Amino acid sequence: MTDIDRSSVEPFAAAPVEPRSRAYFLWIVIPLAVLGLAIAWLVSTDPLSGFRNGAPPVEKLTFERTILGSDGIRLLIRAGGSEPMRIAQVQVDDAYWQFTQDPPGAIARGGTVWIHLPFPWIVGEAHAIRVVTNTGVTFDHEIPVAVLTPTRDSLSFFSQGLLGAFVGLLPVAIGLMFYPVLRGVGRNGMNFLLALTVGLLAFLLIDAFGDALELAAEAAAIFQGPVMVVLAAVASFLLLMAVGRRQGTPSGLALATFIALGIGLHNLGEGLAIGASFAAGAAGLGTFLVLGFTLHNITEGIGIAAPILKVRPPLWSFAGLTLLAGGPAVIGLWIGSLAYAPQWSALALAIGAGAILQVIVEVGSYLMRSDGRGLGSLVAPSTMAGLLAGVALMFTTAMFVKI
Amino acid sequence: MVDIGGWLRDTVSRRGFLWGGMVAAGGTVVGTSGASSQAGHTQHGMSAASAVAPHLAAHGAMITVGDVDSDRNGFDPTVVLTEWETGTLSKLPDGQTLRTFEITAEDKEIEIAPGIMFPAWTYNGRVPGPALRATEGERLKIVFRNYGSHPHSMHFHGIHSARMDGVPGAGLIGPGDEFVYEFDARPFGCHLYHCHALPLKRHIHKGMYGAFIIDPDPALHPEQANVARSRLLGSPENAGFQEMVMVMNAFDTNFDGENEVYAVNTVAHAYAKRPIRILKDKPVRIYLVNMTEFDPINSFHLHANFFDYYNQGTTLTPTLTTVDLITQCQAERGILEFTFKEHEPGLYMFHPHQSEFTELGWVGMFDVVEAVS
Repeated sequence: MTDIDRSSVEPFAAAPVEPRSRAYFLWIVIPLAVLGLAIAWLVSTDPLSGFRNGAPPVEKLTFERTILGSDGIRLLIRAGGSEPMRIAQVQVDDAYWQFTQDPPGAIARGGTVWIHLPFPWIVGEAHAIRVVTNTGVTFDHEIPVAVLTPTRDSLSFFSQGLLGAFVGLLPVAIGLMFYPVLRGVGRNGMNFLLALTVGLLAFLLIDAFGDALELAAEAAAIFQGPVMVVLAAVASFLLLMAVGRRQGTPSGLALATFIALGIGLHNLGEGLAIGASFAAGAAGLGTFLVLGFTLHNITEGIGIAAPILKVRPPLWSFAGLTLLAGGPAVIGLWIGSLAYAPQWSALALAIGAGAILQVIVEVGSYLMRSDGRGLGSLVAPSTMAGLLAGVALMFTTAMFVKI
Repeated sequence: MVDIGGWLRDTVSRRGFLWGGMVAAGGTVVGTSGASSQAGHTQHGMSAASAVAPHLAAHGAMITVGDVDSDRNGFDPTVVLTEWETGTLSKLPDGQTLRTFEITAEDKEIEIAPGIMFPAWTYNGRVPGPALRATEGERLKIVFRNYGSHPHSMHFHGIHSARMDGVPGAGLIGPGDEFVYEFDARPFGCHLYHCHALPLKRHIHKGMYGAFIIDPDPALHPEQANVARSRLLGSPENAGFQEMVMVMNAFDTNFDGENEVYAVNTVAHAYAKRPIRILKDKPVRIYLVNMTEFDPINSFHLHANFFDYYNQGTTLTPTLTTVDLITQCQAERGILEFTFKEHEPGLYMFHPHQSEFTELGWVGMFDVVEAVS
């Protein structure tokens, strides 16, 4: 673990500086010129026409957003064909419906259009959308449970904010309230708490990564979902490691802040997904579910408190940590219910996963330092117990919210 | 503690209620607003329900958007209704009338619903193929040339020898070949022809079928000569009817074994957007053929009226009287006779009573008008 830490912070040795001659620049120009020539040749003489076997162009449509309003159904559709695509007709529940497309005409690769259908959808029931392209290829989209999509009006803005506070801010605050009690713990108790934090973070890492991959699979192929998720996670991990280690290994309030940031990013992605699934009517929001989320996230507050038990941070920092860890859930809910596309939730969750990994590394190294026994502390009974307790706690409380 | 869940539910249901009320107040409002916004798009060249005529209000917003380019297709559904291919006539040495048809098979991309192109196999470049019309007892000669990319045939529902059956080994020809089918026109009735190359499903649903109508010879039916004469194309009695041919068909555009588009005479919603003009005082006769692939049956339901039905058209008295719905399995066909004489002018709908087919394009309108002298 420590090897990874070092390699990620050590700067690469700078290449020896040579005098820049004209030949130096020539070797930038020549490869680019070859590329240009190849493109020109391909376009002008079409030497690959032999591969054209009469097959129709590949067509792909991805449904990114569904908005159910009082004037019918609106769909944001992204094209991913090998050539620009044309939507010819749209069926709702196996019936052709009038629709308007904005902007009209062919949809370029990667481009999006809005389709508006003046369809009298029925609250609580399922509807099936089928788009027929000019070649007769069809793309299906299911609305599992039709409910009115939240709009930008203040009422839903406020209620979503409140919901975000319940699932994000409140539990972190409650967790941090254990701070005075936890302060009295000894070395083993401290190890237990830090390991508990690692355990809960490990759970979140797996959870976030799994969810990110799942969402990425729904996104248009052009976003290369799985690759995007892995790259975003690695990038955020490396970036946060670099930032965190600028002034030595983080500990105390700095470490707590990083934990809060990691959890916050995770909560942002989760908020996006929750907001979107409620907007899509995928889940009815029961009191039970909200309480489940609250309970689930209390552990996060305890985790944030662990590294600052031996320091005495100012009171305002607790408010700051709460906002940093829980606030993004509110923001995620707002954005998720208004502007939803699976790739953005996947991206947020992937960045969160990278951030969580960084925190796991840092909390682990902090545990070793504070304990003083080095690697041995990682396999101490109190550490093992904490790890298991953290994962088990998260797993058990997650049972309330997984449907 | 605040019950967010309950609160959110309330919000949703309150809105749901509002929405429900709006729908109840007028699904037509939604439909109309949709239609007008559609018309606003016309200048963009996007498939537009250009003529959102009042009669479309009957469908609300449930209709395909835009128009099919009949010029590019090479056939117009409104023309197809009354277009009879009668071939060329000559006399055989024994005095029998010889009627010769020339048919070619060709691959052709056709527009089956606004904006949806279908790679069809056609007879004479159209789907359905030409409505061949002959008279009972004539000698028929059908010169069939295959300009398509696959083997094809013409399998006639009629009485003929095995050699003339249009099945593999008997009149099924490869691309570039020619075959002449010869047989006598019998029995009289409303029949059909289709390609019998294999795989049969594919050759049929790609568009290789057409109506084949044999008019009764009045001289052979002295006891019902008047009825027979009214069926004989070209007779004054026949001119008293408004005759039309309708081939119920469907298209599986994504080749998954289920149809995306249903119609009569190929083009979805063609007669919903351009109602068929019917003179109120003149009786109507429809030669109806079902060539729908994949679905076991199709049907025909006439609104606000009843009709007499001659199953397969092989009788001069109706096989069903006073019905407003008949069903046909594939290749089943028959003749419908009805009149709007007692009705007030207006738009009268017709469609299959499989709602699914109706909602996927197979629906039309009769525009019943007073006779203009």
